[in-house]
Amino acid sequence: MSACARASELVLALALASAAPPAMAEGPRRVVSINLCTDQLAMLLAAPGQLLSVSHLAREPQSSSMSEAALAYGENHGQAEEVFRLAPDLVLAGSYTALGTVDLLRRLGVPVVQVPPANTLDEAVEQVRTVGHALGQDAKAEAMARDFAAGIAAARVTGGRHSGAFYHPNGYTTGSGTLADAVMQLTGFDNVGATAGVTGGGVLPLERLVLAAPDLLVTSEPYPGASRAEEILTHPALAAAEAKAVGLNSDADWVCGTPHLLRAIAAMGAAHDRLGAAE
Amino acid sequence: MSLLQLTGLSVLRGQCPVVDRVSLTVEAGEFVGLIGPNGAGKTSLLRGALGLLPHLGHSSLAVLPPLARARAAAFLPQGREIAWPVSVAALVALGRGAQRTRGAVADRAAVDLALARMGLSGFRDRPATALSGGEQARVLIARALAQETPLLLADEPVAGLDPEAQLRTMEVFAGLAREGRGVVASIHDLGLAARACTRLVLLHRGQIVADGAPREVLSEANLAEVFGVRGFHAETPDGPVFQPMGVIR
Amino acid sequence: MTGWGRRNEWKIFLRKIFGLRPAMKVFISLSLLVLALFAASLLTGPAGLGLGESLAALVTGKGEALVLVMREIRLPRAILGALVGAALGLSGAAMQGYLRNPLAEPGIIGISSSSSLGAVLALQTGMAAAFPLALPLSALSGAAVAVLLILTLAGPRGGALALILAGIAISALAGAATSLVLNLSPNPFAAMEIVFWMMGSLADRSMQHVWLAAPFMLAGMAVLLRLGRGLDALTLGADAAATMGVNLIRLRWGVILGTALAVGASVAVAGAVGFVGLVVPHLLRPLVGARPSRLLPAAMLGGAAMVLAADVAVRLIAPDQDLKLGVLTALIGAPFFLHLIWRLRGDEA
Repeated sequence: MSACARASELVLALALASAAPPAMAEGPRRVVSINLCTDQLAMLLAAPGQLLSVSHLAREPQSSSMSEAALAYGENHGQAEEVFRLAPDLVLAGSYTALGTVDLLRRLGVPVVQVPPANTLDEAVEQVRTVGHALGQDAKAEAMARDFAAGIAAARVTGGRHSGAFYHPNGYTTGSGTLADAVMQLTGFDNVGATAGVTGGGVLPLERLVLAAPDLLVTSEPYPGASRAEEILTHPALAAAEAKAVGLNSDADWVCGTPHLLRAIAAMGAAHDRLGAAE
Repeated sequence: MSLLQLTGLSVLRGQCPVVDRVSLTVEAGEFVGLIGPNGAGKTSLLRGALGLLPHLGHSSLAVLPPLARARAAAFLPQGREIAWPVSVAALVALGRGAQRTRGAVADRAAVDLALARMGLSGFRDRPATALSGGEQARVLIARALAQETPLLLADEPVAGLDPEAQLRTMEVFAGLAREGRGVVASIHDLGLAARACTRLVLLHRGQIVADGAPREVLSEANLAEVFGVRGFHAETPDGPVFQPMGVIR
Repeated sequence: MTGWGRRNEWKIFLRKIFGLRPAMKVFISLSLLVLALFAASLLTGPAGLGLGESLAALVTGKGEALVLVMREIRLPRAILGALVGAALGLSGAAMQGYLRNPLAEPGIIGISSSSSLGAVLALQTGMAAAFPLALPLSALSGAAVAVLLILTLAGPRGGALALILAGIAISALAGAATSLVLNLSPNPFAAMEIVFWMMGSLADRSMQHVWLAAPFMLAGMAVLLRLGRGLDALTLGADAAATMGVNLIRLRWGVILGTALAVGASVAVAGAVGFVGLVVPHLLRPLVGARPSRLLPAAMLGGAAMVLAADVAVRLIAPDQDLKLGVLTALIGAPFFLHLIWRLRGDEA
């Protein structure tokens, strides 16, 4: 329902953005994406030659599921000047990042479509259609969205439930109202972060995590270089909690609600199977 | 065995000698007044002799390691520094730090004696920084006395004191000399020096120009040459009196 | 018989460490305060455990998750709180005694920020990952450089102004270099940690950090505690101290080495917690008769109490956020600093 509402907003945004429209029926010919999630959806959906450039984050294996594919496209850093020089007829952007860039590009007459981040699985599926429509690839998008939705439905775990927790640098966890929480629920886990009252993203003190003793711990790989934020992931207390739980690394597949999310869902399903077998 | 022996001691500031090849010996029982105009090198001589300044030549004190030197000589610096509001008794007791004969009883006795000598017995528990400038100066002298060394070097010990404290201090120093210890004090007040010291050393441009009994050192020629003043001498029943009378330059 | 003898030895030992008897009351009260706050630190945390069960878990080791919380999370935090505070309080008292200036404090005069720079360099170059001791060693090298600079730029009687100006310059330089290193790091979290290195925190420290830093802090404190007699004598100035048998060169190196060890190691694991070394000596000085030798152990205990209290407070004020320790100590300390400047201004005018 909310996905529909957002889609109609989007149509409005499109109509406003394309005051001097290129023929929408053929779809834009020079597309630039400046957001990691639209990067990946555009790479999946665009016709050859349609997508000119994706953001530099799309090339980072730690954040992008398509880091190798991204090498085939130009690279941008989401700055208005470099984007404008590519003379795009469509810019794909997120709805919360690079707002200054988006604003400036619009004033320069560049059509911009802003895609809000998906916080539910339904929104994630709908996002495929949204980006496909913006690219003029509706048919391809519809097929992909259906496959995506079917994959999600097939992955639903109905058996016994276990507790699971996300734990990231600085004690950051993902609570209710997030895509990650939705994945956890889908695959038969109760999110410790959500139970502890965290909405969206927030900090869960290590001692509360240890006391919750989750069956599954989803943590993240450290980045190169050192940080104190990541030291918590090697804390002996966390290691002890991890030793008693099934551990999983959250990787790039978790970052965006693209069909690659199905891989993360599959890994979670496998973790649930292991816990079920252990019982 | 003399208490202090300087041989050809020089202290340089840059290229210029502020103390120039000074040789001096101080024996037990002497109260030596170090006199000379401003900039004559009195402070540098004292500090050089103690090894507190880089120097050339030999000083019997400067060659000693810090602890041995602290047992051989006490020093009262010109700058009257008291950084923290410690009690008078605690401050005076600082002088006991290096002594071999330490122990609560010996330390306490030395502190009591030093306080009594400087007329400070009633000030024991007062914070030293709360006292007047003159009182602080007396407390610092008491600290040097409590060190109970054979030799005391004092830089301007009576400057800024009231007449009673000046006389008392000079009398205490003279008393130390009578007990068989030695005192070297730089003094601007020639009258006080003439009355209390057993010997005066006159310093001019870093060199010793006269050394001997007060009456001889404070000669008309020396006064004119070094200080540019003339003076008045008299012998009274209370001892010698000397008073600078006028500028002659 | 032996019992009496031992008790007497103990008394003599205590008197040796803590000076004479009137100060004893202060030391005993401070020790009790530290013990109470240490216990409070153990009992404070977002998990909201019961008093009995948490103490039982700590002592007996029964109840798996509880033991983890008590022994691996709260115990190292409390130990580090006490050690970091003790190191900072003692270093502040020693620096003040040596410079004869009540404004000397490791944070204000740039020693902490230079330690931060050393620690950040060790972490970001990967040295600390290859060789864990590189972290405290690099931090204490940073501290040592800062102490040397301070003693050179604003030595004893350099005056409050010279000291503060030198400290501002060193802090600014070290802080900028720290920010630069963290901003250039390939790690996206590093840049967010500038505030940790400037404000300090004990959140989520482990026993590994205790083992890494405690030997250096204890060694530094042992060095500083032995400087009492020399610092006492320095009350009357350098010349007087030298002629009272104090080896000024050894004293100077003791201050440099002790401060670098104590502050460097504490910053390496807890970041730069400011103002402890200023507030604590200032409050305790009147209670110990202003004698530097007695202020040293008192400031050590007082520092431990202050940081433990601040660390309990940050967990009570914002249980689920990592409120930085330095925020609290600065809120308490900065007004003291202004008050001291006001008073010094009066003295110098």
